[in-house]
Order: sequence, then C-alpha cells, then structure tokens
Amino acid sequence: MISLPADEQRIVITGIGLTAPNGNSMGEFRESLLAGRSGVVPYEIRYVGETLAGVCDFDELRYQKRKEVRRGTRAGSVGIYCGHEAVLDSGVDWENTDRSRVGIYVGVTEHGNVETENEVYELKGYDYDTQFWSHHHNPRTVANNPAGEISLNMGITGPHYSIGAACAAGNAGLIQGAQMLRLGDCDLAICGGVSESVRTFGIFASFKSQGALAEHEDATRASRPFDVNRNGIVVAEGGCLYVLERFSDARRRGAKIYGELVGYAINSDASDFVLPNPDRQAECVQLALRRAGLEPGQIDIVSTHATGTSSGDAQECAALRKVFASSERTHFNNTKSFIGHAMGAAGALELTGNLAAFDDGVCHPTINVDELDPECAIDRLVCGEPRELGTVDFILNNSFGMLGINSAVIIKRL
Amino acid sequence: MTSEEIREVIIDILTDIAPDEELGDLKDDVAFRDQLELDSMDFLDIVMELRKRYRVQVPEEDYGELASMQSTVAYLEPKMQDLEKA
Repeated sequence: MISLPADEQRIVITGIGLTAPNGNSMGEFRESLLAGRSGVVPYEIRYVGETLAGVCDFDELRYQKRKEVRRGTRAGSVGIYCGHEAVLDSGVDWENTDRSRVGIYVGVTEHGNVETENEVYELKGYDYDTQFWSHHHNPRTVANNPAGEISLNMGITGPHYSIGAACAAGNAGLIQGAQMLRLGDCDLAICGGVSESVRTFGIFASFKSQGALAEHEDATRASRPFDVNRNGIVVAEGGCLYVLERFSDARRRGAKIYGELVGYAINSDASDFVLPNPDRQAECVQLALRRAGLEPGQIDIVSTHATGTSSGDAQECAALRKVFASSERTHFNNTKSFIGHAMGAAGALELTGNLAAFDDGVCHPTINVDELDPECAIDRLVCGEPRELGTVDFILNNSFGMLGINSAVIIKRL
Repeated sequence: MTSEEIREVIIDILTDIAPDEELGDLKDDVAFRDQLELDSMDFLDIVMELRKRYRVQVPEEDYGELASMQSTVAYLEPKMQDLEKA
C-alpha cells in the first residue's frame, strides 16, 4: 500500500502553453494529432541546403516588442510565447501574483549554436576581424538565455535557469519544476522545454554525417518511427511550458487541473555517446513506476520517444516489451511521426499531446507506419487512426537523449 | 557626407535597432534616452553599425558624444565628411 504524499507535496499541472509545428495551442495541437496532420515541411538551411524540418508559425509579436525579438533568441521567443500562454491558461491571478515566488525551469537540448553560427558567418565578411563580433553574442548564448528572456519579459524575479538534458530536456524541465515546488523554492513553476534547433545547420549536418537525417520526397511522411523504411530524424523547433503548482494551492484557488505528476525518473546509460541502452531505459521506466506506486499494467498510454532512427526505435521497443510484457491495458503511440524531433521541447510537447486523453479517452496514433518493422512490433502500438480507450487514468512519457540520459514521467488523471 | 546625410545614417541605424519607435518625431537637441527606449546595448549597436557600415571607430571615451542626434552628428562630421553615404 502506497500512502499518498501530503497535499503540499503533490504536484499538478494547471496551465499549458505550447507551439508545435502543427499547432500553436493545446487544442490545435490535439486536433492535428487526431486528424493525422503533420507539421513537417521542406526546409532550406545554410550549407546543408534543401532538407526537411518541423517549423512553427506562432506570432512572436503577441508578447514581445520587435526590439525584443531582434535582441533575443528564437528559443527566447518560443519560451516567452509558451510562458504567457501557460499563465493565461492557468487562470492564475497574474497581476496579483508575487513574481519573486515564481520559478522558471526550461529544458534545452542545446543552446547557443544558432547565434554562434550566425556570428561566425557574419565575421567571414569582415575577414574574421573580431572587432566586428557582436556584443549580443554572450547574452544570447549563455545557457540560461531562454529562461532569462522569459524572466525579463514577464517580470519574474524568482529563480530562472535552463536544464541541459539533450532530448530528455522537456521531461527534465518538468521534473525540475516539481522538485523546486516540493522544496518550497517557489510557489508556481513555469517549466518544460524549448527548441530553436531548426536554425542551426550544425544539428542537421551532424545527423547527416551520422547517417541519421531523414529524407523523403513527401515531407509529411519523412518522420516514420517504427516503420521498416525509416531513415532518420526530422529536426523540429517548438516549445511547451507548464504551470505547475502544489495540489493544495491549486485546489484552494479552484484551478482547472490537467493531471498530477505522480512518478518520474532520470537515469544514465553510462555506455555510449549516442547509442541508447535498452536495459537502462527499462530501469528508468521501472523506477518511475515504482515511485508512483504503480504496476505496468495500470498505465493506459505510453508516449514513446522513438525518433525514426534504425537502432534507437528498436532499442526503445525492446525496453518497452521488457517492462510492459504482462500488460493488457497499455497502448503506445508516438508524436515525432507528426512533428519531427522537437529536441528540448520534445518531451513536454509529446506528453501534452496525450493529456487530452484524460478527457476524451482517445489515444492519438503514430502516423507513417506503412510497414511495421518486426523489431519494433509491440502489442497495442496505435498506428494510423486514433483508438478509443474509454477511461484513461495514467500516461507515461518517455524521453531519452545523447550521452545516455533517460527520463520518464507519469501523469495521473484527477 | 553632409551633416544631413550623417543624420540619415543615424536614423537608418536607429530604425534597425529600435524598430518599435516613431523616429519621425525625434528632437535633435534632446537626449536619445529622454525620448527613446535605448539602453547601453543599443548604444553599442550604434557604435558597431558605424564600424560595420562605414569603418568609423568610436572609442569608448567618446561614447558620451552620442547622447543626442545633434551631438552625434557634430561628433561624426569630421570622421565622415570624406565618406560616401552607402
């Protein structure tokens, strides 16, 4: 018997702000996921040339002046948009909120590549004379930049920093927010992850050199986790930030609650720079389940991390088969098949795309699986069309990253 | 470049670095900071753009000369009189 933590230690999601390549709000995003609508488009970037990417079209000027957009970074703009939308969505009385008690914890896969590449490119025109190097370089490239821009724009004087966690960063941001609420470091956490990665050629070129950059004549079909003909990753940008609160605070103000974070885990492979390790992934998921006091068979939906690489998808499926072998209830899906890999935002976006299942009981599908790879065959993988599950009580979201970082979060319907 | 052309150069630069401002109402004898939302990073942008566009150097000890349009044009006249407006 697991005893529930005191209400002050229970952490709930009360607000969500997001921008994804196929939607600029939770409603739009969910609608796209149920309709099978991709956000991947043909894309061209310096040196790499024509490729594919998931690109967002949110209105930067909704919450920023033009000067702020010019001075800051794309990751900052993504964060500011998501932060405002999350606070608005939460219904919190923002004008009367003590901003010194608000914390900002933003997951990033990488930060600074975009600005550094741009500056080096510019500097070439001045024969690499560094007196023409911008004084904006440092404030744009410090690792806390996206969180700091949110702080500046929203007048938040509590703690702000970024969480560098490769492609597990969206989950890591969420976990950090929860931990800081439990420690009493803040009363309201704005947390999750952002990605500006479509603006750095280095990400594309590196995946290409690794043989892991997706190609397809139809952009919308390029990101195809679990399909036998998958050929790599589609890089995407985006963001998803949550407002997290202690359950006691959320209940006191009568907040709408999307779900409770009942379990989480982060561990490390300690085995390879890029190749995943299914044993450690399985251990990570099992640890999250144990902390939540749950059996695998109680999880209704597992949002997979799979990115569309040949080995990564198979490895994750091996881990999931190991953990969920005896579960008759658990269904599996994948969001990257719609939007590509939103890097630091991926974990948070992929979780959020599934949260509506608490209300509508539907598991959104994985698209682009024309021929399932036998190595990726897992029972109840939802492909092609949404599936009615009835009641959904628990969602588990996987996010893994380079250098062997694994993360899993479990959200409970309240 | 004439003083009027130097003024146009500064307006062009300000248009880029302060895109939310209405520069048509700018008073030349009033400090930039008293009529525009400019901070130290913006003034560094003015210095950098003069360097990039015209190879004009404004040493740090002279930054105070860029206080207003009037003082800026007066300061830049000897430095830019032999240059062509881009």
